[in-house]
Amino acid sequence: MLAYLIRRLLYALPILIGVNVITFALFFVVNTPDDMARMQLGVKRVTPEAIEKWKVERGYDKPVFWNASAEGAGQVADTIFFGKSVKMFALDFGRADDGRDIAREIKLRMGPSLAVAVPVFALGLFAAISFALLLVYFRATTLDFAGVVLCVAMMSVSSLFYIIGGQWLVSKVWHLVPISGYAEGLSAAKFVILPVIVAVLAGIGSSARWYRTIFLEEYTRDYVRTARAKGLSERFVLFRHVLRNALIPILTGAVVVIPTLFMGSLLIEAFFGIPGLGSYTIDAINAQDFAVVRAMVFIGSALYIVGLLLTDISYTLVDPRIRLQ
Amino acid sequence: MKPVLLWSDLLFFLLIFAAVAGGVWASRVEHLRASWRKVGQNRAGMSAAAVLAVFFLIGAVDSLHYRERLPDAPQGEPRYSVEVLSALDALLMPLRTQTEKTYSAPLATHLFAKETLDDASRDFPPLRHPGTHWFGTDKVGQDVLYLTLKSIRTGLLIGTLTTLIMLPAALFLGLLAGYAGGWIDDVIQYLYTTLNSIPGVLLIAAAVLMMQVVIDTHPDWFATSAERADARLLALCAILGITSWTGLCRLLRGETLKLRELEYVQAAQALGVSGLTILWRHILPNVMHIVMIAIVMDFSGLVLAEAVLSYVGIGVDPNTISFGTMINTARMELAREPMVWWSLAAAFVFMFVLVLAANLFADAVRDAFDPRMAR
Repeated sequence: MLAYLIRRLLYALPILIGVNVITFALFFVVNTPDDMARMQLGVKRVTPEAIEKWKVERGYDKPVFWNASAEGAGQVADTIFFGKSVKMFALDFGRADDGRDIAREIKLRMGPSLAVAVPVFALGLFAAISFALLLVYFRATTLDFAGVVLCVAMMSVSSLFYIIGGQWLVSKVWHLVPISGYAEGLSAAKFVILPVIVAVLAGIGSSARWYRTIFLEEYTRDYVRTARAKGLSERFVLFRHVLRNALIPILTGAVVVIPTLFMGSLLIEAFFGIPGLGSYTIDAINAQDFAVVRAMVFIGSALYIVGLLLTDISYTLVDPRIRLQ
Repeated sequence: MKPVLLWSDLLFFLLIFAAVAGGVWASRVEHLRASWRKVGQNRAGMSAAAVLAVFFLIGAVDSLHYRERLPDAPQGEPRYSVEVLSALDALLMPLRTQTEKTYSAPLATHLFAKETLDDASRDFPPLRHPGTHWFGTDKVGQDVLYLTLKSIRTGLLIGTLTTLIMLPAALFLGLLAGYAGGWIDDVIQYLYTTLNSIPGVLLIAAAVLMMQVVIDTHPDWFATSAERADARLLALCAILGITSWTGLCRLLRGETLKLRELEYVQAAQALGVSGLTILWRHILPNVMHIVMIAIVMDFSGLVLAEAVLSYVGIGVDPNTISFGTMINTARMELAREPMVWWSLAAAFVFMFVLVLAANLFADAVRDAFDPRMAR
């Protein structure tokens, strides 16, 4: 197991390097730092001095890959590639355009992001599985058909409308919770509850329908026929046999997103004014803060790779037939 | 009048032509005809297809662009307006030109806000074109129905061109990885795992930011603002394509791995058929159902994604009329007192109908083409 883990981590390294090279190419080769400076300072009437000053302030004035004027290791280390890309592996993300330390900002904003993302994940999974189970229990009846129609209809509504509609109905018409904002500690609950409900509703359509097909596929297996032949009741077959076996693909499939919960949700956080990483990213996109976007791409990829690793491990935990070698 | 062919128009018509040609070809091949007949027997699927056809018709009419001729300059040289219009604009001329001052409710006769009238009293002033705005007018007095109809083309383009752009790469690399195996397989797998591990929205955001810099620093590339917006739309499709080809590529690789071991492929190999011919003649036709299903399944997701991306500010050009930009400008209107609901409602209804039809049609196609569904 340990040897497998180490080898998988070593496999992850080239992928992370690949991500780094892609983002680097995107940010520095497609556009020169001069272009970025001009964009930031306004395209027209920019003096070369202003561009130079902008570049020096942010460390973009160095050579891209090779610094011939430096000594020894500085030839490699004192470059844009090393300073902006390689250092990310040491979780050194540099400073945002407003001068704040990105790593510190990320640490601060992780909490609010998780406060929304974790309940959304857990409740969403629970609600979707329960709904799918309900449909499967009444399979091939009008209720099942109506449920599937409802799922498809819910899938067809843009998530923007769930958010706008939820805010309008719950906050504006019913005055139950504040429209947006955030507070530390326990008082966060009243700010978090609406975004969580909205996000769960927005996601339930597609996942419940997907889980329903998994359940139905499980019904075609031989062990179900055997269980029925033994004279077990339909309810017992569903809850003791089908549910347990269908949960394996459902839960292992959900594991991959657990690490990325840290990143928060862009839309939900932006609409509900939650000071998490999602809204941080949106603000960075709108302010065209390249350093922050680059850092978020790197962290997001790293977390996704961790998710893949966790998925593989969870497969072995739930299914003894799979051995990691 | 001078016709203008934007790149997206060209691709859109190419796509419709390809769909028609593909349909004619499929009607001559027996097993494909059987599958499509199954789609035809699905009532929900066919109703959805009819709705989609109407949307595509609107999109096609909206893709015939031209520039209007202005009164000739003194030298006698013809001059053309910088504004690029489409055949849909011409058809909807009354809707496009009959603007009001600001908000007005659906089918209203008076403006939505009170103003000081000529006789110094404050009241709702009468509309210039009372009762003609079925869905009301927006903040600058544009007809909401016109805006929604114009949004359709943007949504369709994003939904179709993205798949069109990513298809060759996904097909070629997927088949190659599955068939060739060895280090080629490793390289291709590495490529798509890497791209896949970058969070989609962030990759799109980064690429759109970079593209914005390129477009802004080269204003001389584009003759009109419509061309610039069009370039941005196409670039967005390309970026969405880059983030979405990985899923299809992985599916195709897996299927090719399976097919490679089948007897008929081995027979072809034994007879000395070259690798490329085997891929083209024997494997490609047998993975086409996966491609078909992927195209129709991705469409609705892409239409939804356009709205979200445009809302976040990394979607289409802010001047392009789309569902996303409509929602973005309209979202604060619910907070007004009394609230302005019709822009959002119109965008919601049209988007919902389009995506629902796409979803239902996709289900019908999947049920007909997926061999696992054949029970």
